[in-house]
Amino acid sequence: MKLERERCHYSITPTLHYSSFSTNMARKVAVIGAGMTKFMRRALETPKELAWLAAKAALDSAGMKLNQIDSVVLGTAPEAFDGLHMKGEYLSDGCGAWNKPFLRCYVGGGTGVYALAQAWFHVASGLYDTALVVCEEKMSTCQPHPQAAFLTIFDPITEQPLKPNLLWIFALEQNRYMETYGITIEEIARVSVKNKRNALDHPAAQLGAELTVQQVLASEIMAWPVHRLMVSPTSDGAAAIVIAAEEVARRVTSKPVWIQGVGWCLDTAYWTNRDLAYPEYVEKAAWMAYRMAGIKEPRKEINIAEPYDPFAYKELHHLEGLQLAPKGQAPKLLADGVFDRDGDLPTTPSGGLLGVGNPIAAAGMMKLCELFWQLRSEAGARQVPGKPERGVAQAWGDLMQVGTVVVLGTKRPE
Amino acid sequence: MSDRVAIIGIGYTSLQPTTPLRSFKELTFESAQKAYADAAIRFDEIDSFVTCAEDFNEGISIFDEYTPDQLGAVQKPMHTLTQDGLHGIADALMQIRSGIAETVVVEAHSKASNLLTPDWLLDYATDPIYNRPLGFNPHALAALEMNLFLNQTGMSADDCAAIVAKNRANALANPVAAYPLAITSTNVKSSPYFAYPLREAEMARHADGAVVVVLANENKASKSRAKTVWVLGAGSANDSATLESREWGKALYAEIAAKHAYKQAAIEDPRQIDLFEIDDTYAYKELQHLVALGVYKEPREAAQALQSGETQASGKTPVNVSGGSLGMGFVLEAAGLYRVVELVLQLRGQAGPRQLARAKIGLAQSWRGVPTTSGAVVILGSE
Repeated sequence: MKLERERCHYSITPTLHYSSFSTNMARKVAVIGAGMTKFMRRALETPKELAWLAAKAALDSAGMKLNQIDSVVLGTAPEAFDGLHMKGEYLSDGCGAWNKPFLRCYVGGGTGVYALAQAWFHVASGLYDTALVVCEEKMSTCQPHPQAAFLTIFDPITEQPLKPNLLWIFALEQNRYMETYGITIEEIARVSVKNKRNALDHPAAQLGAELTVQQVLASEIMAWPVHRLMVSPTSDGAAAIVIAAEEVARRVTSKPVWIQGVGWCLDTAYWTNRDLAYPEYVEKAAWMAYRMAGIKEPRKEINIAEPYDPFAYKELHHLEGLQLAPKGQAPKLLADGVFDRDGDLPTTPSGGLLGVGNPIAAAGMMKLCELFWQLRSEAGARQVPGKPERGVAQAWGDLMQVGTVVVLGTKRPE
Repeated sequence: MSDRVAIIGIGYTSLQPTTPLRSFKELTFESAQKAYADAAIRFDEIDSFVTCAEDFNEGISIFDEYTPDQLGAVQKPMHTLTQDGLHGIADALMQIRSGIAETVVVEAHSKASNLLTPDWLLDYATDPIYNRPLGFNPHALAALEMNLFLNQTGMSADDCAAIVAKNRANALANPVAAYPLAITSTNVKSSPYFAYPLREAEMARHADGAVVVVLANENKASKSRAKTVWVLGAGSANDSATLESREWGKALYAEIAAKHAYKQAAIEDPRQIDLFEIDDTYAYKELQHLVALGVYKEPREAAQALQSGETQASGKTPVNVSGGSLGMGFVLEAAGLYRVVELVLQLRGQAGPRQLARAKIGLAQSWRGVPTTSGAVVILGSE
């Protein structure tokens, strides 16, 4: 027993660095490292191992060790995928939260982008100098298909007896969007073509492909108007980011990517009472982040966008919510090439959920990783031209209900 | 701008073993109404909301979908933490200090009576590859640790039974408590073993309830009508989640969380604190946590303090004057917030028959139960 105790003995001095309660309100915070695992259908790694692979990659990218990390934030979506109760506790040591402050945040599919906002106020509050944010999802353990885990997301009294599933409700939303603005199915299919093509250049992508609009429309109809090739795959994977307060960030890297704005907004659970043609909650989350970033005209002041694209129509829907296209006009801008990688406003240059894959929370974090690499001109074959200075990433989730938005940029926020 | 954060309102329901006529939304709505009235604030004046809840306990996947309506949080910044309510307080503290919100609401609830097979559910919290196939009831982990703890420290079954007697008797003076009882140590020791050496009477039983806490920055707090209670510090920490590599017999998670909280609150000697509301999900845990928090150097001292009456409600260092989880009931993610409720009532001088003469600084500590090593500490002060 004595031996055991000696083996377990280690220092537990907390590494708090804040100077006082009055000087560091809203400290400036930068992303200094990012990493991810390959997204795939069935990973052999355990959920813990996936989380650690991404955490290690992000730490290596920042040139830091785990003992330099003050706090850890985990984002991971429903427990049901991994089949684990208190999944955050299970994953905690896997994502590096051993003997450290640890929060696991959760806003359904919106978690991946929200997790960075959560980490931002760890550091901006002055309580911690660094934070490691890890997002992990392992959907393949849910057999035969993770869709089953979604059957219990609906209201047990008013909705579950109708046996809805995700494809059906998103088909409803897509239909409403198309009907309201007179959008054609071909215009929606172009999103799949663009994103899956972009993903061909992403080394971690699961479903990159060179497709035509006709091929997308020839794929199986899952629930009208949603075609198989308009739906993101189920995936296993993890992604992580390291953030730091300005003093630390400047020591560690010459290319900090600043967190300029964060925003999140949750709408009512009674989704049947809302007009699904336009995501108001995304607009509110976006303006929260834009106000913080000092953005008045998003269309002119944002160079690159990573909107959430689990379904092809969602990218367009979200671009409108993000104020990057007028209502109902995103399909036209897409057709004009505005959103191509070499277009005026490249969107989803990573390949997105449709191309890289959709391990729920990790997919949102992957979008933030992409912005980090793009803004540092480190995105390789995916690099958008013209040295982008500012990008926005957004995720969405729950019952078509939550919008989460983060604005990153190369310029230090005012 | 000041970085100080205050609790300006609390609302809570009475804890009950079962609440068959009310949903979790109705319990939460009642607490929210009370909290907003207490803080003299309208729901639409609140900037941000946090719910602490866990999917499997709710029986709903992606439970955060159902959090906004009953709090008045529709189309507002709102997120869920799958952790104890004290983690929610730490979250709110950071939001307010970062300047992103002036007022934040933290909510947690328990509808544990909906869980038909809670131990079976808990089984899904064990490692699916290394531990779950062994097919043990997760509470056995607590019994295993208790055995080690008793052996390492020389504590006896009497010492643990005395904790149960104290906390359940304390609950007699708490109208919110679900399991108040005048009970002797001898009675406790006649309770059957759940898993040796842990007796059934030494395990907190589930209850239903909901708590809503309103936090605000100094500017907003100065306009509040209730006596201001300041959040002096909030820390959290996890030890290893893996059974095979954690520090058994020692609550390292509470020790580290407390170090963070003490540092923020500039508390050098924990004995400066007037009252403690700490986790007692299993009776031995109260002794273990008191040592981890630095109140006593070793469990022997903590046990002696109980015998001498020091940790009784009438003593110098009252511990769980509310009745703790043994007396009030274990309320899942709301456990920590019911501890906070007690501190706020004591610090405001509103604790009725169990009001302590001296209550200026209080400490709440939570642990998420087996098989976790998730701890959080919040320190509140009235000055």
